[in-house]
Amino acid sequence: MGLSNEHEMHRRRRSRNIGVAVTLVAFVALVLGLTMVKVTRGDFEKRPPQAEVSNGN
Amino acid sequence: MSDASFDSQAYENEAQFGDYFALLKPRVMTLVVFTAFVGLLAAPVAVHPFIGFCAVLFIAVGGGASGALNMWYDSDIDAVMKRTAKRPIPAGKVTRDEALAIGLTLSVFACVFLGLATNWLAAGLLAFTIFFYVVIYTMWLKRITPQNIVIGGAAGAFPPMIGWAAATGDISTASVLMFCLTFLWTPPHFWALALFVRMDYDNATVPMLTVTHGRRATRVHILVYTVLLALFAIGLGFTQVGGPVYLTVALVLNALFLKGAVQIWRRDEDASEADNFKVEKSFFKLSLLYLFAHFGAILIEAGLDRMGW
Repeated sequence: MGLSNEHEMHRRRRSRNIGVAVTLVAFVALVLGLTMVKVTRGDFEKRPPQAEVSNGN
Repeated sequence: MSDASFDSQAYENEAQFGDYFALLKPRVMTLVVFTAFVGLLAAPVAVHPFIGFCAVLFIAVGGGASGALNMWYDSDIDAVMKRTAKRPIPAGKVTRDEALAIGLTLSVFACVFLGLATNWLAAGLLAFTIFFYVVIYTMWLKRITPQNIVIGGAAGAFPPMIGWAAATGDISTASVLMFCLTFLWTPPHFWALALFVRMDYDNATVPMLTVTHGRRATRVHILVYTVLLALFAIGLGFTQVGGPVYLTVALVLNALFLKGAVQIWRRDEDASEADNFKVEKSFFKLSLLYLFAHFGAILIEAGLDRMGW
């Protein structure tokens, strides 16, 4: 039947859907990864102020 | 909607994901990624690999966002130039409003997340880069001055400085000189191309130096910028990112680049046309190697430094 034929439009929409899905999953993984790194390094713990180390020339 | 009313013509230009990705100018992004990566690794502060990856990614997304905003604003001139007529907006795949929304959203996303992942100086520099490229270059100066290449080149020169700031939270002589390297490299690179490739910027009423001031003046400009570039490129070798590898690369390549620029300056149009712009073409090819090799040498110096050599 004609309904089983895939139109070019469907291919394009599938491409968009997959692209958005991959982007969202990557975004979640990124936020999770960043949070884990920051937490394990203790970036969010309160620390006494430290002297800045100059990195200039 | 029934099947009977389905109009396949209306969907012919429907965008796929790649069309939205093309708004981010992926080819330009490769230079941004490479130079930001070098800036990050050359910095004298070790960065956690995942934070470093995120920093480069957010800088690339910021660069891509400015590309989308550039395509949004310039869609009228993109449509009349052969080189850009197939871009997503003039091709009818993506609307201007979509490009604007994507550009603004990604700009905010990239700056905020770069700030959260690294520091707010890096985020501020990225925000300024986007502002500079979109407002100062695209909206204001691109269409009114033949020095547009110089101004646009400045925007493309920020990524190593942002990478450095992401690692150190600081701006230093070395990071400013890395900025100068790309900034001063862009004009001779592009104007050499403009000498042997016929561009249709005229149709789009974008002033190009070869047209507004003539090809003789363009040759002079190439030489002046190449001399300035050599000074800054070799000067970079005496900062903390330099070393024997970088200095060797810089001395050899700048000598070759200067030789090419002098040859271009001494030639006239008859000589160029006689050999089908051989010198200009080889100068352009050398310019590609030039930038890659300089940043590659900085990367090698950083690697040697980390290994304690």
